[in-house]
Amino acid sequence: MLKITDLYKTFNPGTVNEKQVLKGVDLELKDKDFVTVIGGNGAGKSTILNMIAGVHYPDKGSIVLEDEDITYIPEYKRAKYLGRVFQDPMMGTASNMAIEENLALAYRRGDRRGFAWGITKEEKEIYVDKLKELDLGLEDRLTTKVGLLSGGQRQALTLLMAALRKPKLLLLDEHTAALDPKTAEKVLKLSEQIISDNALTALMVTHNMKNAIQYGNRLIMMYDGRIIYDVSGEEKRNLKVNDLLEKFQSVSGGEFANDRMMLS
Amino acid sequence: MNILMAMFGAVSQGLVWATLALGVYVTFRILNFADMSCEGSFALGGSISAVLMVKLGFNPFLTVILATLGGMIAGAITGFLHTKLKIPAILSGILTMIGLYSINLRIMGQANTSLIGQDTMITIIRKILPTPEVLGIKDSTLQTWVVLGIGFVFTVVVIGLIYWYFGTEIGCCIRATGNNETMVRAQGVNTDVMKILGLVISNGLIALSGALVTQSQGFADVKMGVGAIVIGLASIVIGEVIFLRPRNFASRLLSIMIGSVIYRMIIALVLQLGLNTDDLKLFTAIVVAIALSIPTLKKNRAATRKGAV
Repeated sequence: MLKITDLYKTFNPGTVNEKQVLKGVDLELKDKDFVTVIGGNGAGKSTILNMIAGVHYPDKGSIVLEDEDITYIPEYKRAKYLGRVFQDPMMGTASNMAIEENLALAYRRGDRRGFAWGITKEEKEIYVDKLKELDLGLEDRLTTKVGLLSGGQRQALTLLMAALRKPKLLLLDEHTAALDPKTAEKVLKLSEQIISDNALTALMVTHNMKNAIQYGNRLIMMYDGRIIYDVSGEEKRNLKVNDLLEKFQSVSGGEFANDRMMLS
Repeated sequence: MNILMAMFGAVSQGLVWATLALGVYVTFRILNFADMSCEGSFALGGSISAVLMVKLGFNPFLTVILATLGGMIAGAITGFLHTKLKIPAILSGILTMIGLYSINLRIMGQANTSLIGQDTMITIIRKILPTPEVLGIKDSTLQTWVVLGIGFVFTVVVIGLIYWYFGTEIGCCIRATGNNETMVRAQGVNTDVMKILGLVISNGLIALSGALVTQSQGFADVKMGVGAIVIGLASIVIGEVIFLRPRNFASRLLSIMIGSVIYRMIIALVLQLGLNTDDLKLFTAIVVAIALSIPTLKKNRAATRKGAV
């Protein structure tokens, strides 16, 4: 359903800050795949997600989503196919606006916006039902400004918004990295639930090896702009953190100690 | 009695300037865009309205609509410079503002246009009203009443339109764009278009205010927009101080109208107390600087109390 071919990207070409972040990435996702992406800093994990979302365009290569070449389609146009949750809990929601207003914006993702009222009575009932499923008590706080919510609540809301209009692909970009471990666990569980309930295809970037093994049906490890390990099915289920560490050390040499990748 | 008359005049002034404040609110607070082009579009509205009446004999009410359209085009230019050519927000506004200075001179063919002996909205309405003698009031009092009435009607209609527009799907997207562009793009909305729309609406309202002010004061001047953004901001922050916790968007907009009136009353008061008119802009600048810094000062105080250094 998603086919990435020979993707290259260099940031700040021709300057001292030049950095080649993607060096020929090929990746194919099947329908309902839940793929976790792991790798160190600068490995290119988030860049791939940003390429799929259209934040940056690649220098070379193509991205095809369900037979449509989206490589150079503007970010806002391809948004109708994608649900996105960001690392920073502030990024996925409008903090000055009410919970219901945020949901209403997400409810119209991909639609033409007109002069109809921005939020209707009927949809509020839908939102109440959906918020109840989060079990955070947000269903009683529809008119609360999102800025007053905690990071975990905001990520949960962003997840809900991402799935409100069923996306072809859900992109989770280290969406629990800014949360405390307990909240992170909750948000991950919720992500898994939303993905399975809605039968979504998902790509989840993470720093946490344990999470990468625990969640999803397939795991990809990136190093230095390339995919160096791709495992799924039975093999993934039997994967241990130690296997990943070994794999990582064999390609990276001694660099491992300096990396932010988490072992827990 | 003198001060009462001055206050009465201030209320009418505040109402014709209120649409300016509402326009500044759309960019500064809703879109989070400090738009300097408003200084040019305010004078543009005045110039268009005056010239269409004096040189081409247009209906004064019609000139207000055309002035608004002129302001909307000015806003679109600022939006184009910022979103398509990626010029920083402040600079885009300044470029439009400077460009409009020459354009306004070209429109009028001179630095100002007098409306003496010219039919304006005020004279037209006065014709259908009884004379001051019949009403038993002074001529200037009736004049002020008419200006007040026109200002009030326009402001209330504009508030209604803003309230409606920013409640629609597009309006919600503009509000969200001022808040978090990344999120809005992720929801499939072209944020460039939203910014341009916001600037178009804002500058249209500001030019409308310029036309009202021109007709009420009886002349248009190429320099009439100088300090307009600060006057708009003053009205907004005064409104914010008075309605500390506005319950909803409507009361927020209403607070700006009242803020504009109170700003004019403060000005009238300090002038009565003997402030030199030359010092007025400095006075306004200081008031706005203080008002805008209050949130930061409060935060610092709270931090010191908690023991932060």
